[in-house]
Amino acid sequence: MTQEKDVKTMRSFQKVWDVLEEHEHDKAQLVPILQKVQNEYSYLPEEVMNYIATSLDIPPARVFGVASFYSHFVFEPKGKYVIKICDGTACHVKGSMDLYDALQDELGLSDDEITTQDMLFTLETVSCLGACGLAPVMMVNDDVHGNLTSDKAREVIQEIKTKEGEDDE
Amino acid sequence: MNNTMNTLQDIKQNFKQGLDNYGRRIIVCAGTGCVSSGSLDIHKKLQKKIEENGYEVDLKLRKEGVETDSEVEENDNVILSKSGCQGFCQMGPLVEIQPEGYLYTRVEVDDVDKIIERTIKNDEPVEELLFTSRADGEKYKGRDEIPFYELQSRSVLKKCGSIDPEDIREYISLNGYEAAEQAYTKMSPKEVCEVVEEANLRGRGGGGFPAGVKWNLTRKEEGDKKYVICNGDEGDPGAFMDRSVLEGTPHSVIEGMMIAARAIGADEGYIYVRMEYPLAVKRVRKAVEDAREMGLLGENIFGTEHSFDINIMEGAGAFVCGEETALMNSVEGKRGMPEPKPPYPAQQGLFGKPTNINNVETLATVPMIIEQGAEKYKEIGTEDSPGTKTFALTGHVVNTGLIEVPLGTTLREIIFDIGGGVTDAKGNIDNDNFKAVQIGGPSGGCLTRKHLDIPVDFDSLIEAGAMVGSGGLVVMNQDTCMIQVAKFFMKFTQEESCGKCVLCREGTKQMLNLLNKITEGKADQNTLTKLEKLGQAVKKGSLCGLGKTAPNPVLSTMDLFEEEYRAHVEDNTCPVNECDALSVPEIDPEECKGCTICAKECPVDAIEGEPQEVHRIIAEDCINCGTCIEACKFNAIS
Repeated sequence: MTQEKDVKTMRSFQKVWDVLEEHEHDKAQLVPILQKVQNEYSYLPEEVMNYIATSLDIPPARVFGVASFYSHFVFEPKGKYVIKICDGTACHVKGSMDLYDALQDELGLSDDEITTQDMLFTLETVSCLGACGLAPVMMVNDDVHGNLTSDKAREVIQEIKTKEGEDDE
Repeated sequence: MNNTMNTLQDIKQNFKQGLDNYGRRIIVCAGTGCVSSGSLDIHKKLQKKIEENGYEVDLKLRKEGVETDSEVEENDNVILSKSGCQGFCQMGPLVEIQPEGYLYTRVEVDDVDKIIERTIKNDEPVEELLFTSRADGEKYKGRDEIPFYELQSRSVLKKCGSIDPEDIREYISLNGYEAAEQAYTKMSPKEVCEVVEEANLRGRGGGGFPAGVKWNLTRKEEGDKKYVICNGDEGDPGAFMDRSVLEGTPHSVIEGMMIAARAIGADEGYIYVRMEYPLAVKRVRKAVEDAREMGLLGENIFGTEHSFDINIMEGAGAFVCGEETALMNSVEGKRGMPEPKPPYPAQQGLFGKPTNINNVETLATVPMIIEQGAEKYKEIGTEDSPGTKTFALTGHVVNTGLIEVPLGTTLREIIFDIGGGVTDAKGNIDNDNFKAVQIGGPSGGCLTRKHLDIPVDFDSLIEAGAMVGSGGLVVMNQDTCMIQVAKFFMKFTQEESCGKCVLCREGTKQMLNLLNKITEGKADQNTLTKLEKLGQAVKKGSLCGLGKTAPNPVLSTMDLFEEEYRAHVEDNTCPVNECDALSVPEIDPEECKGCTICAKECPVDAIEGEPQEVHRIIAEDCINCGTCIEACKFNAIS
């Protein structure tokens, strides 16, 4: 088991290295580097941030400082499907928080617990997705779903659940 | 590359002639709005079905130049393309049919057979897919007739929604990159600045600072290296103009940047796009690559000694990065915090070099100004705010979507004519239900009925206590609680404050606390005084635009809806019943059995009714304690 984990970590560090190479170890490109690394891991593990800091010859505090500044970067793993409920002005006046409550209920999550136990779903809000014409809106990974009601939002999630269930079999 | 101009002309001619080889063109809207309503599936099925029916279909223009093939005369070939946002997001997915100009709205995958049978085979419109006005029930054939489009003045958005944003040749076929060519080969940097200054193009990102003046300042700075930045960090909730422009006509933005680079003498540029806009990022990346491949970006552009290339940087989710100094810190790989000005970016910008930074829409307007000249440009709009402005029209309005109108158009025209009127809680058209329109996002303010006839331009709006901002227009009906609206924006700015200035960091938090007190019925007269005082202090004590304008939504609603604030504070009621803590419970007459338990339990005797009959809560006496809700065995009270 331990051995397996080591192999996995080593392989992943290789990817971090590739990203750093691609950006020529340029510390000015810290934000895009972190973006690519997070795409790989779905979050930013501490040891990876240390690794990046050493490679760019900057203090780890600087890397963590930058990463913690931007809301896109997270330090806990996220689910396979990240649901972003848009809470922009237009969505808000059209009841986006009702969607949020409905999905919290559907997924058994709370304000403190945003990722499901099975690591399938993470539920969060986002300030504006810019699809205001279709308010209220949510985004599941890169797919935008518009003109939602609580029931429609639940359906979207249930469909994914069914699909995931089938894949397992 | 000495003959770029010839190349441009060749491409233009070939593309135009190439289009003639097709008897019909079908344009499926592939803006974020329509894609999320399933337009890509429609595109796929159209392709499949048209082929099955024996027509030749191309997704990209394949037959360039003139074809002498005999087939052409029969004109059975179809070109099926995707466009950027056509603006009418509410009615999506949209499918436009050329040459007739039919605009099909709310198209579903199952409608594809009808479109092929009736329109492709028999040249007839599919009546049921044409836009039907909700106001008068009338059907409209296409964009030229639909009031939503007819009343607009689309120039920046003209190409957006009609061309294929992923085909550089089509942009070139509509005189694309000719303005850049002119700026590089026939004009001096000073002349370019002068034209833009003369046109009085004011920054579309919110502030309204004249772009030409900014360019001239940067041009005059000495420096071996200068930068041009396109600010596409459109973070205002309720705004999506920049996203649409980047998705629908990315080459206009690139061309605008090239002209700006020529004007100030820059050889490198950055486009900063929000990562929440994946489609915009993808299209801009492709556009930059295509332009590079064609020699429009890179070294010795248009055969001159000048070079210019563009990098793309995705934001990482920080609203404050829309502020120019914060954005530049972010590009440099730092925390995106604003810096004091001066020094201005024109003097010391990105990596300490003179930098010019403009908003997406501003840059997309530039090629048009160079092409037609300052005088022609100034023909529309007002004297101090010439040209057009795009707005994202959303909220409780019939036609939501992306619009473009001359500056100086009144709110009445925008909301009631283009927007088709206000909708009530049930979604029916009811213009008397109009309460307010929020303009300018978290930096702006609310305007009410009395402001409906003021012209929408940079200066008039500031006078009225709002601002153009980036251009989000959120219409609100009578069922909206204005304190909740103020709270919504305060929560937003509080979360997005970068924390550098104490008054912004702590002040917005305390303002939010005070607003929470109001909506929870825990406020007193002091709360309102404190809120106002604190608002003024935050404005004064903040470095950047975020903090300076953060109190605006609160202060403007306090000013315009004083009574509503008073009702919350003094009478403990929310006039529109939106604040849960203040709304009086109601008894459902269908469920009430008249058991009298609630009346007995009520500590203040605020419930009346005879046994066996429906009971009633006396709103004036009720203290919202919730006892009755718990006491009722039939769940009749909520």
